[in-house]
Amino acid sequence: MMPHLDARYLLCPMPVIRVSACVAGLSTGDVLTVRCTDRGALNDVPAWCRLEGHEVLQAEADSSGDVVLTILVHK
Amino acid sequence: MENGKRKAVVLLSGGLDSMLAARLMLDQGIHVEGINFFTGFCVEGHTHAVREDRQKRNLRNSALHSAEQLGIRLHIVDVIDEYKDVVLNPRHGYGAHLNPCLDCKGFMVGKARAWMEQNGFDFIVTGEVLGQRPMSQRRDTFPVIARESGATDRLLRPLCARLLPETLPEREGWVDRERLLGLSGRNRKPQIALAATYGFEYAQPAGGCCFLTDENYAHKLKDLWQSRGERRYDFDDIMLLKIGRHLRPRPHFKLIVGREAGENRFLEGYRNRFVHMWALDHNGPLVLLQGSADDADLDLAASITARFGQGRGALTVRVAVGQPGGLLGERDVKPLPAHALAAEWYL
Repeated sequence: MMPHLDARYLLCPMPVIRVSACVAGLSTGDVLTVRCTDRGALNDVPAWCRLEGHEVLQAEADSSGDVVLTILVHK
Repeated sequence: MENGKRKAVVLLSGGLDSMLAARLMLDQGIHVEGINFFTGFCVEGHTHAVREDRQKRNLRNSALHSAEQLGIRLHIVDVIDEYKDVVLNPRHGYGAHLNPCLDCKGFMVGKARAWMEQNGFDFIVTGEVLGQRPMSQRRDTFPVIARESGATDRLLRPLCARLLPETLPEREGWVDRERLLGLSGRNRKPQIALAATYGFEYAQPAGGCCFLTDENYAHKLKDLWQSRGERRYDFDDIMLLKIGRHLRPRPHFKLIVGREAGENRFLEGYRNRFVHMWALDHNGPLVLLQGSADDADLDLAASITARFGQGRGALTVRVAVGQPGGLLGERDVKPLPAHALAAEWYL
């Protein structure tokens, strides 16, 4: 099952902290989907992924205004 | 050591000084990783992140942006719960508002020391500059931070190290003291010039980096404690103090009024925790009610809700009242006239 993280209504840097904690329990090749309301997550989560070597497959705001990110884990 | 390199953990705030301190260590061949503590009071553009009318600004976490420019890993650590003791019981007292700067620095360096020990690092680096801050960055308080954090002589302040006693990394030759700086005072021209040399982009928060130094915010936090009869807070309390208009029309309840669509959307996330209101037949704010309210109080709150919506000129406005778990009812109210909104209600 593809893991999902609900980080809605959390403000920076909590989405990154939650993503980091979630990814810690995943393995290479896992794909994590994250939903946020803080639009800053569109910059912050990809920045954190670049520093940690994970790949962002998708980062965009959907029709509801939520930010949706999909991360391919590399360890 | 890693690949023969000594390892330093730098307290990376996202401001210029800690970024320069990290860079000076990288220039000396030190393996550097950043650590950043989230207390809940950090100013990270939260108001801008929530408000739709301000989202054209580039929203990003400054510490992450610093780490990317430095090319180092960054560990962002949630210390919200542990930090409460620093805010509520500062051994060294507060600054101008509710800012416990000296205790805060000691706490953060102490957390960095624990992280250093757990992760096999050799020393801690901060961007502190002698004489730059009135409480925490003084010749007499620097040793207090080093002692109370337990970091002792493993705490290096590269921007002003030449003005301070030698630390372990200098004595052991891990870093060359001659290549450290001797900056002091509040003049930031040397840092700005160095940043230009390195081509750094950096944040310059106009109001500092902590809401506890903000007079308005501190006032709202004190009001919260007073209304509860005790000094305590939880994470949601301190986040909500950053959002919306706060009015206390009666001692036993307070209203948080969304100022625009983004704030209303954020407040939606609290519908399951508070009584809340919104106008049904006009556009307007979502309003949260914190505290206890009887029927007359709910009428007053509803009329204030109507006042802040587009139906403020109508004879009556229908206001929905929700509570955790569902709708409490609807009320037809007269919007409160402007003159009846007492100035002292605003927090």
